[in-house]
Amino acid sequence: MNRIPIIEVKNLVARYGERVILSDINFNIYPGDIFMVIGGSGCGKTTLLNHMIGLLSPFAGDVLIDGQSISRIPENQRLTILKKIGVLYQSGALFGSLDLLQNVALPLEELTDLPKDAILEIARNKLKMVGLEKFFEYLPAEISGGMQKRAAIARAMALDPKILFLDEPTSGLDPISSSEIDQLVVNLAGILGITFVIVSHDVASICKIGGRVILLDNGKIVAEGRPEELRHSKHALAKRFLQVNR
Amino acid sequence: MDIRVERPAPDTLKVTFLGNLDIENVTKIWRLCVDAVDRESPRLLHLDFSKVDYCDGSGLALIKVLQQKQAKNHKSCTIFGLKPTFQKLLEYIEQRPDKVETSALLQEGLPEKLGHITVDILRDLKENVVFLGILSYQLFLSLLNPTKIRWSDFFRIAEDTGPQALPIIALIGFLIGLISTFQAAPSFADFGAQIYMVNLVGLGLVREMGPLLTSVLLAGRTASAFAAEIGTMKINQEIDALQTMGLNPVRFLVVPRILVAMLVTPILEVFFVIFGLLGCLVVMITLGYTTDVFFHQLYQSIEPIDYIGGLIKVFAFGLVIAGVGCLHGIKTRFGAKAIGQSTTQAVVSSLIMLVVVDGIFALIYYVLGV
Repeated sequence: MNRIPIIEVKNLVARYGERVILSDINFNIYPGDIFMVIGGSGCGKTTLLNHMIGLLSPFAGDVLIDGQSISRIPENQRLTILKKIGVLYQSGALFGSLDLLQNVALPLEELTDLPKDAILEIARNKLKMVGLEKFFEYLPAEISGGMQKRAAIARAMALDPKILFLDEPTSGLDPISSSEIDQLVVNLAGILGITFVIVSHDVASICKIGGRVILLDNGKIVAEGRPEELRHSKHALAKRFLQVNR
Repeated sequence: MDIRVERPAPDTLKVTFLGNLDIENVTKIWRLCVDAVDRESPRLLHLDFSKVDYCDGSGLALIKVLQQKQAKNHKSCTIFGLKPTFQKLLEYIEQRPDKVETSALLQEGLPEKLGHITVDILRDLKENVVFLGILSYQLFLSLLNPTKIRWSDFFRIAEDTGPQALPIIALIGFLIGLISTFQAAPSFADFGAQIYMVNLVGLGLVREMGPLLTSVLLAGRTASAFAAEIGTMKINQEIDALQTMGLNPVRFLVVPRILVAMLVTPILEVFFVIFGLLGCLVVMITLGYTTDVFFHQLYQSIEPIDYIGGLIKVFAFGLVIAGVGCLHGIKTRFGAKAIGQSTTQAVVSSLIMLVVVDGIFALIYYVLGV
């Protein structure tokens, strides 16, 4: 069957001044995929993610979401693409002055015309999906780091995006919280069919989630495949990365 | 997307959903569905999803709200034709209890709130006293052993606080001198005493306006900067890092700032007074007085003790500005909002403290006959 990619990264080149961060990156991501970008610190993972979510414009090449260029789309149509994606930032980036329910309800209040009761019900359900049904009225500062990440995932899912981008979802978390986040990703991908793009260097997570992986090094894709394939591949860095970090 | 509402039997309402239940469609039909159920209040509500291919979180929310309405009225609700994936998700959400634990802070009654406020005030007072004690001790230690002072930080902060503040100090000083002389001119002219405007503005600038307005400007500029800088370090755990490295944050961060403020504020005050007098001179020249007359009158009206009194005062004001700014920086709590609160409190508190300290100096000078 000829599947249509939901994300296409075509000949992407990224530069900061004269320094080339990403050079000639190409890959496709298909609906329902769990796609992981791994690599050492400074290899260009977050830069790649920022290009995919439209925070940075490519020096050359393009990123297409559902066939539309995220960097070249007119401003008045940009929201249509942005509604298709949800992003979990490394720090969670929850609004400290709002409780969890208000955090999740915020995008629904601002970007939809749903009635208030509908918004609250959706926000409650999203928090239930990530297992935070008892903490609706808690402020972010009152819950643990793992719970903050889960709440941030709930907020990213508020508008039922087709794609969820997770930037280092397990960084700074204990193994149990990390494992809960991994399981959540697997569950959400399985139940909701959301496409996940995960930037990480947590190999335990990568192996547990087990999607398709690309390994970046010096701004280039140096290996691609499933975690098990990479571990047993002939590529030295891939092998080392997945074995040393395990 | 559409819905079909039927009454297949008395007391039974059948709602058939035609199309995908995504956020856009649910927005259109939410009110229709909820109103239909409220209006009809059926004994049995039959929801038919056999023609629905996709259902997202908003669709599930609609189903749940309709189910809850029926349950609340002790009536039944049946679901037909919902695809297994969405059925599974609905069951997953239903398994989660709706019983919400309220945050401890939100559960407080009036007595607890009053208690918390009292404890907060006392804790705040204690923190201020402790800070003052540590600061005095660390200042004393630093002055005993000046090699312990971080001179690189001192010069960096001095540059930000001093030379970079000079243009605004000079501009405001000049304008204050110019405007106050200009405003006083008509009244003094009535008595043929325009030359005494030099006494008024000169003495006013040296004794009161110079020290106070320089300090007010620095309270807005420097106290807020100190609070924001130290507050951000607190949030980034840099202060925790200093403590765990065995470094005293007060000696490391506060002492250089206090010393800078105590040194720079009097210098800036001198510039403020000079530019203020320059403003006064400009008005006097336009009124036909020569510079010789201006300086002669100024020399006669201001005693050295007036200069010294103003400088001692501004020295204390510098201490207040830096101390209050740093204190609020160190007391910063969590989040972006906390930085805003700290900087605001730093400015407001230092302004209040300036006026209080100025009042104390006025009293002391009165008693001493200065």
